[in-house]
Amino acid sequence: MTPLAFHVARDRAEALSLGAANGARLIGGGTNLVDLLRQNVESASDLVDVSRLAANIQEVDNGALLVGASMKNSALAAHPMVRGRYPMLSRALLAGASAQIRNMATVGGNIMQRTRCPYFYDVDGARCNKRQPDSGCDAMGGFNRYHAILGGSNACVATHPSDMCVALAALAALVHLAGPEGERTVPLAEFHVLPGANPQVETVLRNGEMITAIELPPATPAMTNSEYRKVRDRSSYAFALVSVAAGLEVVEGKIAEARIALGGVAAKPWRATRAEAALRGLPATRANFLAAAEEELTKAQPLEGNAFKVGLARRTIAAVLESLAGERA
Amino acid sequence: MTITINGSDYPVPLDSRVSLLDMLRERLGLTGTKLGCNQGACGACTVLLDGERVLSCLTLAAQAEGRDVLTIEGLQGADGSLHPLQKAFIEHDGLQCGYCTPGQICSAIAMARELRRGDPSHVTANLAAGPEGPTREEIRERMSGNLCRCGAHNGIVEAIEEMLGGEPA
Repeated sequence: MTPLAFHVARDRAEALSLGAANGARLIGGGTNLVDLLRQNVESASDLVDVSRLAANIQEVDNGALLVGASMKNSALAAHPMVRGRYPMLSRALLAGASAQIRNMATVGGNIMQRTRCPYFYDVDGARCNKRQPDSGCDAMGGFNRYHAILGGSNACVATHPSDMCVALAALAALVHLAGPEGERTVPLAEFHVLPGANPQVETVLRNGEMITAIELPPATPAMTNSEYRKVRDRSSYAFALVSVAAGLEVVEGKIAEARIALGGVAAKPWRATRAEAALRGLPATRANFLAAAEEELTKAQPLEGNAFKVGLARRTIAAVLESLAGERA
Repeated sequence: MTITINGSDYPVPLDSRVSLLDMLRERLGLTGTKLGCNQGACGACTVLLDGERVLSCLTLAAQAEGRDVLTIEGLQGADGSLHPLQKAFIEHDGLQCGYCTPGQICSAIAMARELRRGDPSHVTANLAAGPEGPTREEIRERMSGNLCRCGAHNGIVEAIEEMLGGEPA
């Protein structure tokens, strides 16, 4: 790690002005950034601590919830309104990392975390287009069990590691941003971008912008009848091979609303819009769930080490929807 | 610009790169907190920050400015007596080499508080109602951030069960 200056932002204006400096980075809990700085994957001249900014939940008039970007992952998971109205979000958070890390990590930082592709971290020993554009990708012919099956490119097949973001994508959450040109909101599902030829670009965040809050839309029945299932190599404290955040509303045996997002399969939390559309109006049966999952995965492009993820994703989607349909019946 | 550690105030290191873990071990000689992986994978460096468990290896000391840190050294009684959980670890053979032990103990003490507060975990069946109690399954899931390479996990869980069983509800 190179020498750096540390500033504590006391309010948003201070965070924006300090964060605008060349070489400045915002730091929330630091659970990913400190490691990246230490490994020389990233560098910074200044760190601006935003962990003391808004960290609460506000209910808006229409029933939406505004979650401050500095709220800790553990606090969000345990919040009664989240547990009651958006169980898939609590479940996703509780499936992520360890208790210690959830206590440190902020909501904004969780969204901004970087891939855990081992080649991305191996500064001295591996090529990585994300770390160093146009240098090559050693994951492509290497150990790619954990890599993408959807939306990858010849340049990069890294996955986004967040569990929380998968639930936020399924919930159609909005990301509130503030920057030198004012405030705007971006749907979480559009906040991260696919790698294409420029895998070093990971989000639509502009220079000098920061995440200030997440907006959870007013809860619908499918958001409340919801679940998060994570399949991983050990039963706790591991990143997802495949994860599914899903919500289901069944009215008189027919699917009124299905919400599905996948984790561990792409450079972004993958909202399964094709599967959702395929299910609308159909009877809530296992056969229909499997067919819709199949539909979503038709464009999957697995690598040598992760072909199993296609079938795993299909079966996990169907299993979660079946479980949600059963609980409703 | 100070950090309170086990009840005493210490200045924040001038070099902003210093982790809370390095501050404890290298600058203050509080070597009870252990350096394991130094990248957030093992839990050996667990301390309590304002009462909640965190990894001191991934916490920059500067981030702890104005906050209250409790380490394994701060757990003993004024007369030097062991914390009940430390005694339970000895009683149940909750260690072999002992390297992960301070982290395990700090982690378990904070976990007890989370359970009392009714915080759910990944294995809690009823999310809204919260945990049914300190079951083995709950303890194992909640302690998954602390690895023990000697394989003393069974003894660790038993020691924690004893502590939780002995606590008033």
